[in-house]
Amino acid sequence: MKESVQYKVFRVINVIILLLVVYITLFPFLNVVAQSFSGQAEINAGKVNLIPKGFNVETYKTILHDTTFWTSYKNTIIYTVVGTVISMVMTTMFAYVLSKKRLMGRKFFTSFAVFTMFFHGGLIPNYILIKQLGWTNSIWAIVIPGAISIFNMLIMKSFFEGMPEELEEAASIDGSSTYGTFLKIILPLSKPILATMFLFYAVGSWNSWFGAFLYLDKSEMYPVTLYLRNLLAGATTGQSAGATSADDLTQIAANIKAVTMVLTVLPILCVYPFVQKYFVSGIMLGSVKQ
Amino acid sequence: MKPLVEVSTHPPQEIGVTKVKRSQWSLILKSVRKDWQLYSFLLLPIIYLVIFKYIPMIGNIIAFRRFMPGGSIFGEEWVGLHYFKMFVQDATFWHVFNNTLMLSSLTLLFVFPAPIIIALLLNEIRSTKFKKFVQTTSYLPHFLSMVIISGMILQLSASNGAINALIQFFGGEQILFMQDPKWFRPIYIASEVWQTMGWGAILYLAALTNIDESLYEAAKMDGANRWKQTIHITIPGILPTIIVLLILNIGNLLAVGFEKILLIYNPLNYETSDVISTYLFRVGLQSSNFSYATAIGLFEAIIGLVLVYSANYFSKKFTDNGLW
Repeated sequence: MKESVQYKVFRVINVIILLLVVYITLFPFLNVVAQSFSGQAEINAGKVNLIPKGFNVETYKTILHDTTFWTSYKNTIIYTVVGTVISMVMTTMFAYVLSKKRLMGRKFFTSFAVFTMFFHGGLIPNYILIKQLGWTNSIWAIVIPGAISIFNMLIMKSFFEGMPEELEEAASIDGSSTYGTFLKIILPLSKPILATMFLFYAVGSWNSWFGAFLYLDKSEMYPVTLYLRNLLAGATTGQSAGATSADDLTQIAANIKAVTMVLTVLPILCVYPFVQKYFVSGIMLGSVKQ
Repeated sequence: MKPLVEVSTHPPQEIGVTKVKRSQWSLILKSVRKDWQLYSFLLLPIIYLVIFKYIPMIGNIIAFRRFMPGGSIFGEEWVGLHYFKMFVQDATFWHVFNNTLMLSSLTLLFVFPAPIIIALLLNEIRSTKFKKFVQTTSYLPHFLSMVIISGMILQLSASNGAINALIQFFGGEQILFMQDPKWFRPIYIASEVWQTMGWGAILYLAALTNIDESLYEAAKMDGANRWKQTIHITIPGILPTIIVLLILNIGNLLAVGFEKILLIYNPLNYETSDVISTYLFRVGLQSSNFSYATAIGLFEAIIGLVLVYSANYFSKKFTDNGLW
């Protein structure tokens, strides 16, 4: 089939547009990485774009020797591990039950969950609840309130619904209890969805900061995102206060910010190439339901 | 509808109703006895939902009651619509309300169509390698913490940042983006597009692969060029997906990017950057005016709920597509 001239022209322009999209997407990353390896004077002069100017790794050394940074890094790892495990257990149980068509009350429990996607208590009632539970300055305030994402649960539910009923019937004829069937037959067959959910929750916990910001007063409990947030916030007020006087502190801050951003995002960037296809299949599974 | 009327006019029918109810109860009991292991899985999730989703919902009641710090989570005494009257008369509230509407309409206008356009452009690419490459990179921002994203926004828009370097390279004047209220909206919208376009395109691409190939063959036979095929086949093909996402977006109309705004705004650009949720945050948590902030939050949530339900209603009425 012959293509019209216009379509040929369009195809060339299309490739250019999409390359531009790629460039725009990557630019902020490359800029931050370049800044993290650059000298403070060069950043302040606005010379750093994609390539580091005045190459230095001193800031990396400083931050990697900073115990506060490592404490917050360790906290993030703890919150992510604990939070992800709790979320996985809760979501899997919930999704499995709701996927059982024979179960009475399934519709009710599903809408009971789905309703919370459209209406929620809001910031203040949630805040008061956590205070009343006495969870201020405890890990529970970070890992429990968002334990089940209804969206993730629905994705999982539609996966379980796609599993052949006969499997479980055969197992129960062989005398397996529901628990046994679930642990020995369903879970091993659900590895793809379990991996997807694991990633969704782990990345979510790694990235979260607001819960910690609300409920943690002790800086030794901060996750690394909150450490970074305070760094960014502190630097901004410094900048707006002394607009023109570029003192050493704000100069260093620009570089430190970049280094901290790189270190915070590094684990995500490392696993990203391997995990992004899981995310994509996960979101597609979710869309099938709708 | 009819049986209901009959029940109320003919008392004997009511016995029938209770009979049905009783047998339903025994059915439930039977089902629980048989599947108690399955039901036991529900225990933790339901407790979770009740405590962390439904109690805060009921906690909204402090919008109508005076809340004392350290007192009951449901407040101390009824004050009726006192707090609602307060924010209706609050000039700042209307100011942030306008800002919210402005940002959310700009979002619907620019951020919502971006993934659709990207998906349509990607659909015309034949090299799977190039397609994969573009997709893989454009998802990336979706995996970042809002703190990282806000850090990047602040760095790029700084007086010595990359954008100003570019402006100066072309002989322009340096712009203090974050200190000038008129720049906040463009920055917010541009960063939203950057963050969401790649990831948002996934669903549309999935919808595109489901379009029947024979429709295109038929259109070609009729002499439709690629553009006409797009208008008459591709876009109608992804319309259901577009509508579902539009409904969800409309429901979130007032809940514009709270975390991001909280991280990047500053008093210098409050004029355009302050939205309902950030105002609520300051009133509630920084000034400890819990009841007042809850009233604002409840107002926001109810509008969201009404918007979702009405968007869904109209969409079903006119296009046969809906969320439920």
